[in-house]
Amino acid sequence: MSRTSHTLSAGGENARPAGTVQGPQRRLRLAAYPSLLAMPALLLLIAAMGYPLLTVTLRSFSDPAWGLQNYVWFFSTPVNVTVLWRTFSIAAWVTIVCVIAAYPYAYLMTAVGPRLRLVLILCVLVPFWVSGVVRTLAWVILLQDSGIINSVIRLLGFDGVKLIRTQTGVVIGMAQVLLPFMILPLYSVMRGIDLRLVQAARSLGARQARAFLQIYLPLSLPGVFAGAIIVFILSLGFYITPALLGGPRSTMLSTLVQSQVLSLLNWGRGGAMGVVLLVATFVLLALAAPLMRQRHKQASRS
Amino acid sequence: MRLAPFRILLGLFCLLVAVWLVMPTLVIIPMSFNEKKSLAFPPSGFSWQWYANFFTNPDWLSSFFNSLRVAGIVAVAATLIGTLASLGLSRMKHSGAGLLRAILITPMIVPGVVLAIGIYAVYLDYQLVGTTTGFVIAHTMLAIPFVIIAVSASLEVFDVRLETAAASLGASRFTTFRTVTLPLIAPGILSGLLFAFVTSFDEIIVALFITSPYLKTLPVQIFTSITRDADPTVTAVGTIIFIATTLIISAGLIISSKSTRS
Repeated sequence: MSRTSHTLSAGGENARPAGTVQGPQRRLRLAAYPSLLAMPALLLLIAAMGYPLLTVTLRSFSDPAWGLQNYVWFFSTPVNVTVLWRTFSIAAWVTIVCVIAAYPYAYLMTAVGPRLRLVLILCVLVPFWVSGVVRTLAWVILLQDSGIINSVIRLLGFDGVKLIRTQTGVVIGMAQVLLPFMILPLYSVMRGIDLRLVQAARSLGARQARAFLQIYLPLSLPGVFAGAIIVFILSLGFYITPALLGGPRSTMLSTLVQSQVLSLLNWGRGGAMGVVLLVATFVLLALAAPLMRQRHKQASRS
Repeated sequence: MRLAPFRILLGLFCLLVAVWLVMPTLVIIPMSFNEKKSLAFPPSGFSWQWYANFFTNPDWLSSFFNSLRVAGIVAVAATLIGTLASLGLSRMKHSGAGLLRAILITPMIVPGVVLAIGIYAVYLDYQLVGTTTGFVIAHTMLAIPFVIIAVSASLEVFDVRLETAAASLGASRFTTFRTVTLPLIAPGILSGLLFAFVTSFDEIIVALFITSPYLKTLPVQIFTSITRDADPTVTAVGTIIFIATTLIISAGLIISSKSTRS
């Protein structure tokens, strides 16, 4: 990649040795600073994301007065700490459910013929065809006390289960929304695994389970990590699904931020909560970055 | 032989996952023909009234056209800015490219509500709440990462020697770009355009904060309708979007399979 622009400008100069003065100059400038092409995107990002996030951070320290009082309030109020803890625990549950559901599914995607694979891929992509809000509404219809799932459970002779406005309902709905983010990276890693390695292990006398545990599973772990990190981070910031499927006992941090700002007009406290959420997200990313890089190295080695 | 039960188990499990993925999307279709004004399952009777309501109620129609307008502008703007950025990133020599790419992709992972209150605060200062400009700026920023990912993917498989060849044959830099690079990365740009459109058309969290009674987008209208009353018009809207998307995607699949065959 580093050679690209170099050869390009050299080729251009060879082709038009007697070009106008302006031509080669402009060519040289762009060739020397290709990052200029990314400037519009960067400027928009600074204006529409950097500046707003800075505003939120500043207000968390300065509203109503300068100091740490908003953070002290956040961590000393039991409700907030409970919600913060619950946010992490819901995100962890969603991640676990996604890993359990996605692993066999992604494996099957690599093991079947092209036709069936297309069907499986379509099933993963169909959820994207309908807006997120409508899908959450569909979960309300499915999970409500008179919903399909409860009807089926009662048909089988069991007592109805309370799903709507519970943490279980929130996890079911969120995991469905986030499952594609788990399946797709897992599939792309599994597709690259050389199955002859498993055959080799088998031919050397390893049983199916052992060949899987010692060969296939370790090779697929980078995909599990990549997917799990994406799912976990995205779950932390979820707002719509918990708001519609959850009850007061399954409130997540995003909902608290929203009510502080829109209902209570308390920008300082809302901002402090937002900063906590933001810091948690980036700390997780920083912790996960070495894992991701390792995956990159492995991919380039093969 | 010993494998058979395992295979059946695997198949059944994956079938369950597939149903879990698809069912919530499909369940809205029967609900949209409900005769009663309720979201209880199963629906009773048959009527087109919720579709009629969508096409006649000014609240629903105006929010639909607002979303269409915003998403259209966002798709063009984000594709332009994002494609330029991907081209720049792919040509950068030093290791700064990786960092710059990571920075440009952050809108995907920043928690929506945090971003939303920040944008709301800034928009209050600059009188951008409830304006098309406000929506377009915020949604373009959110859509650019998707364009960068899509275009970068096609730039990665793009053979740069083709550009060198064109240049060595005397093509100017712009001609090379127009006749060699652009046609080859067009699929990536097109999918970036689609992603950008969908990102904006579907965006709700920032929209909920910067909306006003005069400018509502469709997701905001859907959300308020769900939280305020159990209005089945929502399911009709969902069904219309689902069928429209299905048609567009199948058309795309058919066209692309035909073009690869010829």
